[in-house]
Amino acid sequence: MKKIILMESKLLARDWPYLAFSLALPVGLLLALGQIPDLAKPNPDFGGERFVDAQLPAQMILLSLMTLSFTVLPGVLTSYREQGVLRRMSTTPVHPGRLLSAQLLINLVVAAAAAVLVIVLGSLVLGSHVPSNLVGFVLVFLFGAAAMLAIGLVIASVAPNSKAAPGIGSVVMFPLLFLAGMWIPREIMPDALRAVSDYSVVGPFVNAMRDTWAGDWPQLPHLAVMLVGLALFGGLAVRLFKWE
Amino acid sequence: MNVIEVENLHKRYPNHVAVHDVSFEVSEGEIFGILGPNGAGKTTTVECVSGLRVPDGGTIRVAGIDPHRERDGLRRVLGAQLQSSALPEKIRVWEALDLYASFYPDPADWQELLERVGLGAKRDTMFGKLSGGQRQRLSVALALVGKPRIAVLDELTTGLDPQARRDTWELVEQVRDSGVTIVLVTHFMEEAERLCDRIALIDAGRVAATDSPAGLVARVGGEQRLRFRPSGPVSDAVLLALPEVTDVSRSGRQMVVTGNGNLAHVVTLALAGQQVIPADLRIEQATLDDAFLALTGRKLV
Repeated sequence: MKKIILMESKLLARDWPYLAFSLALPVGLLLALGQIPDLAKPNPDFGGERFVDAQLPAQMILLSLMTLSFTVLPGVLTSYREQGVLRRMSTTPVHPGRLLSAQLLINLVVAAAAAVLVIVLGSLVLGSHVPSNLVGFVLVFLFGAAAMLAIGLVIASVAPNSKAAPGIGSVVMFPLLFLAGMWIPREIMPDALRAVSDYSVVGPFVNAMRDTWAGDWPQLPHLAVMLVGLALFGGLAVRLFKWE
Repeated sequence: MNVIEVENLHKRYPNHVAVHDVSFEVSEGEIFGILGPNGAGKTTTVECVSGLRVPDGGTIRVAGIDPHRERDGLRRVLGAQLQSSALPEKIRVWEALDLYASFYPDPADWQELLERVGLGAKRDTMFGKLSGGQRQRLSVALALVGKPRIAVLDELTTGLDPQARRDTWELVEQVRDSGVTIVLVTHFMEEAERLCDRIALIDAGRVAATDSPAGLVARVGGEQRLRFRPSGPVSDAVLLALPEVTDVSRSGRQMVVTGNGNLAHVVTLALAGQQVIPADLRIEQATLDDAFLALTGRKLV
């Protein structure tokens, strides 16, 4: 398994534009949006907090998870299926499921690296807050990452080929980013929209992250929605995923 | 000793029956060919033998193992090079071998394997940059890296240029000489004739015949054909009068004489008696193509 992980990491590094994009996009956006004066002012909608304090870094962490889960992961897996990489592996004693696990793990690690970059650079450059409840934050991050990766696996399962996969990923990504409050913060969303957001997995994810920023523990309903999402999409992926 | 026994194999897909009823046996150390046109059910058959598909009927034993029930046991004795199974574009040749070697409890020395398949100089080349022939060589090496007793090679030379095809044939012979039993799936008559000890002719999901290449050809009779351009007029009757000749036909200025026995000798002698010289004389004997046509009523390619 170690060798598979090492090999898949090398292959990802060789396709470095993907890797660079999934790290540079959230970090770049964070630093760029952080320069907008309005976002760096205390905002009564957030209880006097600035947008850049917790809201923006949390959104960027979600964004990096989504690019990795919805475009990079399905792109790799569908091309492996298309080229018969999974099929070849199933002629050996090692099940191609190992390759899938290695991919999930690597994407998780890259997402974690992106999260660390966002938090550290946000704090150094923009003076953003750092999650005060670090254990809670890690917990929420893992829940959210698992749910996003599960959705990514569903995309990899239904995408007809490797060209379509990233496109389908983007189609899924933008509405979810919207529901997560990327363009309209959840606090000023109309009630109906906010209700949808509450059950959208990404809404609770961002909220739970912000709770840990404030030093609180994530709320159970938030974790519960994420867990249901994980079970739902994980189950779907298991049922739909084709090895060849 | 039989290392593979397939009995009444049947496999259905949602829209069609891929394999109706296929039975054959492969003995240790031979190159066993599965020959048939595209869509005959060859690949499905070897996929079932390799444990990638679950048969709907019949029994399969590979070195005594049921491929479906003992997946792990099977993969220790059988290596497969299947169609449409590639590698990531950016994996290097040595990395692929090293990775695949790590999948087996007691792998072959892949450095030596790399030399054996003639890819020593391509060690650091990425898979995506290899030529078709080189990819197939790597494919064969990957199928052998687990030190299998049996190697399944599916359409190994399809899409290769003639030189690469000959090189690959030599490699297959080398592998057999090292003691590995080979199941070779192909739709090339020439390939089967050159490499295989025995062949199962498969057509529309059934075995039409199983025999050595010479045995299959003999089944359609020892018929021969002479083609030549006569230097002067010859009447068909002169040739048809010969007991060895069964048929005479003409296409353009060319004559085609079909018959058996010492056909070439008696025909040229008869022509000489008429002061006629046969130019561009060619002797054709029945091929596996003819055998396939005779046994199934269909052309192989």
